[in-house]
Amino acid sequence: MIRFFLNRLISGVVLVFVVATLTFMLMSLSGGNPARNILGEGATEEQVAAKAAELGLNLPIFERYWNWLTSALTGDFGSSWFTNEPVMSSLANKFPVTLSIVIVAILVTALIATVLGVTAAVRRGWIDRFVQVFAVIGFALPNFWVALVLVTIFAVTLRLLPATGFTPFDTDPSKWALGLVLPVAALVTGTIASTAQQVRGATIDILERDFVRTLRSRGISKQSLLFKHVLRNAASPALTVLSLQFVGLLGGAVIIEKVFALPGIGSLAVNATTQGDLPQILGLVVVMVVLVVIVNLLIDLATGWLNPKARVA
Amino acid sequence: MSDPAVQTPTIPGSPRGGLFSRVIGDKMALTSIIVFVLVLLSALLAPLLTSWDPSRADLDDVLAPAFGEHILGADGSGRDVLARLLYGGRMSLLGAFIALAVALLVGIPTGLIAGYYQKWFDSISSWSANLIMSMPGLIIVLAVISIIGPRMLSVMAVFGILLSPGVFRLTRNGVQSVRKELYIDAAKVSGVGDISIIARHVLGVVKAPLVIQAAMMAGIAIVLQAGLEFLGVGDSSTTSWGQMLNEAFLNIYVAPLMLIWPGVMIGITVGALAIFGTALRDAVQGTQSLPRARKTGSQEVLPAAIEVVDGALRDRDRRGTLLSVEGLRVGYPRADGDTSIVVDGVDLHINRGEVHGVVGESGSGKSQTAFSIMGLLPTGGRVLSGKIEFDGTEFDAGSAKFLTSIRGNRIGYIPQEPMSNLDPTFTLGSQLVEPMRRHLSLSRAAAKTRALELLDRVGIADPRRTFDAYPHEVSGGMAQRVLIAGAVSCDPELLIADEPTTALDVTVQAEVLDLLRSLQQERSMGVMLVTHNFGVVADLCDRVTVMQNGRVVEHGTVGDIFDAPQHPYTQMLLDSTLEGTPPRAPLATEDAR
Repeated sequence: MIRFFLNRLISGVVLVFVVATLTFMLMSLSGGNPARNILGEGATEEQVAAKAAELGLNLPIFERYWNWLTSALTGDFGSSWFTNEPVMSSLANKFPVTLSIVIVAILVTALIATVLGVTAAVRRGWIDRFVQVFAVIGFALPNFWVALVLVTIFAVTLRLLPATGFTPFDTDPSKWALGLVLPVAALVTGTIASTAQQVRGATIDILERDFVRTLRSRGISKQSLLFKHVLRNAASPALTVLSLQFVGLLGGAVIIEKVFALPGIGSLAVNATTQGDLPQILGLVVVMVVLVVIVNLLIDLATGWLNPKARVA
Repeated sequence: MSDPAVQTPTIPGSPRGGLFSRVIGDKMALTSIIVFVLVLLSALLAPLLTSWDPSRADLDDVLAPAFGEHILGADGSGRDVLARLLYGGRMSLLGAFIALAVALLVGIPTGLIAGYYQKWFDSISSWSANLIMSMPGLIIVLAVISIIGPRMLSVMAVFGILLSPGVFRLTRNGVQSVRKELYIDAAKVSGVGDISIIARHVLGVVKAPLVIQAAMMAGIAIVLQAGLEFLGVGDSSTTSWGQMLNEAFLNIYVAPLMLIWPGVMIGITVGALAIFGTALRDAVQGTQSLPRARKTGSQEVLPAAIEVVDGALRDRDRRGTLLSVEGLRVGYPRADGDTSIVVDGVDLHINRGEVHGVVGESGSGKSQTAFSIMGLLPTGGRVLSGKIEFDGTEFDAGSAKFLTSIRGNRIGYIPQEPMSNLDPTFTLGSQLVEPMRRHLSLSRAAAKTRALELLDRVGIADPRRTFDAYPHEVSGGMAQRVLIAGAVSCDPELLIADEPTTALDVTVQAEVLDLLRSLQQERSMGVMLVTHNFGVVADLCDRVTVMQNGRVVEHGTVGDIFDAPQHPYTQMLLDSTLEGTPPRAPLATEDAR
């Protein structure tokens, strides 16, 4: 188990390193004159040269990369080229917003999708058909469009829920929760649809295994069969789906935040992208990938705990 | 990092019929294709369908209502919504097409090479695929946009690379599953080159899953592109559904209905792709065969069951009957609405303490009979009629209530394949303890003590270690002993053993048969021994029922059946079993003395 975990940890670290390096190299080599972009058309050649020197843009690319990498390892991702705000502090301000949406969304997804998927697999009938139709609808409708429709109905027309804005949890938990209802609802339609479908498939697959028949032949209770044996076996594939959903939700949240004017990393990412703000983008990419790696490791641990066979792999 | 195997559609075994004909034959798939083609045509033929220029803004027409001069109204800049919808489809579909093309062009060749030649290329490409799959896609795409600018088609090409691992895995796994097949070896031996083997045999297998995957990826690409444009990182000078949503969002308080049209177009297009993928997957997987069966109504005339019973057993003592099955019929629904009958009017009588063999070739309905007695038919299977009497209680063969009260408690079951019949996520011990706690109301400690005794009884050398082991940590023979221990743990009166030794090594087979015999004698259980092996029958059984095509063709004592089989099928089975071995003729040996 430890070896398995270390293996995953090492490939995670390699992933972060590869993505960061690729982003840095491609962005630095893509040409253009960042110093000129920052100062605008009105700046003199001297000013531009001075700015380039200040940002270290006149150094050879490998030296610049080395400098970035060594300070990044200490947690210092430099400052935004355009706002001069340290990358780490802007991320620290914005990430909690995005994370609260994504974490609430993934928990809601896990709960509802499990209930729907298992019920569909066991009961079949109308709920089974519903899950299958829902899977297509959830796949077909972009979550930001669902968000737009929800805003139009519940916030603009009915004025039941706030259309925009975010209240930090420690300021007012109930307002925090109310503000999350629409963004989370928009995000989870798609993830619930596809996860429920996967849970349904995994549960049906387990229900048809030989050992389920043998367990039934031993006369154990229906509850024990379903909640102890079937769910535990179906959990590993479901967890894998959830880890993929998490990656998707991070991206989905970036888009959703625009609809609800939430002060998460969405606007930061869009601005940094359109301006070509190298330190900001690198910081974002690294933090995102690290987050994904951590979530995958947690899922691996959970899978290993649930499924003894995975511990050997 | 994570294993996304669950995402990929499964590779079908041997697809029957062409992919094309299967798609056309499926109503859902056909409808979704027609819808998609209509969307495609509406984009291609946009100039014929509307006279408006999608990018001509007219200040007089700002937010003009629908059904006037503009059929669907005009947007916030006074541009015709219908024209923008039609022309916008071009950009959205082209972007998806590019992403798809790149994903396939990268994924298929690498997958083919990795799966066919394996070795170092496989390791490197699989590792890279895992790497790409765990990247946060949208953030990577945003970083790409910051590098190359808002050139949406190039961005979609890069997104195609992010999608390619799905194609790669599917192709690689498909190739790996066929390259071990004999016909590939045959092709190699007959001098067919690698490339034509790949083209002819391998691509054929991965074709259907790839089409399914491609439909899903095209949908994902359309949604992603729209998302990027909605975010405002797209090229605002082009017309596309995402751009329309972006602009509609600016007017959300003034003209919320403007959001509907592009959303509906995306929904219809992606929905058609998703339905197509799902319908195709169902069509491909629907070729899985049900248990081999005869069609209803095929009234081939079979001779009535022949009873060969000596006098002592003919007058069956009703009090001695443990299990009696009468007129059992079992059917599976078929795709055409008909029912396949797999067990057709079977009678079976097992006395207390008797070992009763049920013999027949695979597909004769013997296992299905055993499952019906326990009420454990596989999904779809149904008892159509029949009575079962267990220890004096008579009930409908289909009723679940009585069965649940006696399963595990009074009827024990030993399956054929030991490994697949143990829950891989629980220790062997806990799987033994659970039924005993329920049926015998034992405490956890008492049940554990009893489980350890049972493990010792079935010949396991180190019961404690086995108790704490998981199924994958023990051998098949040990697993079967554990399953036998589980079957007898609550002292059942009837033991149903379904080919209990077929999956085991020959040496282990003999040991397990000895164990079964001694347990049966010690507890004087009635045993229903399902087998195709007359050797096992001769070894253990008192009486035999021979089944063919879901019917009983002959039953009687072992001695009678072996000495004087009446039914031609029994004779054939016996001949094929005993061929090449010295004839078993106990009477002859007696004579020789």
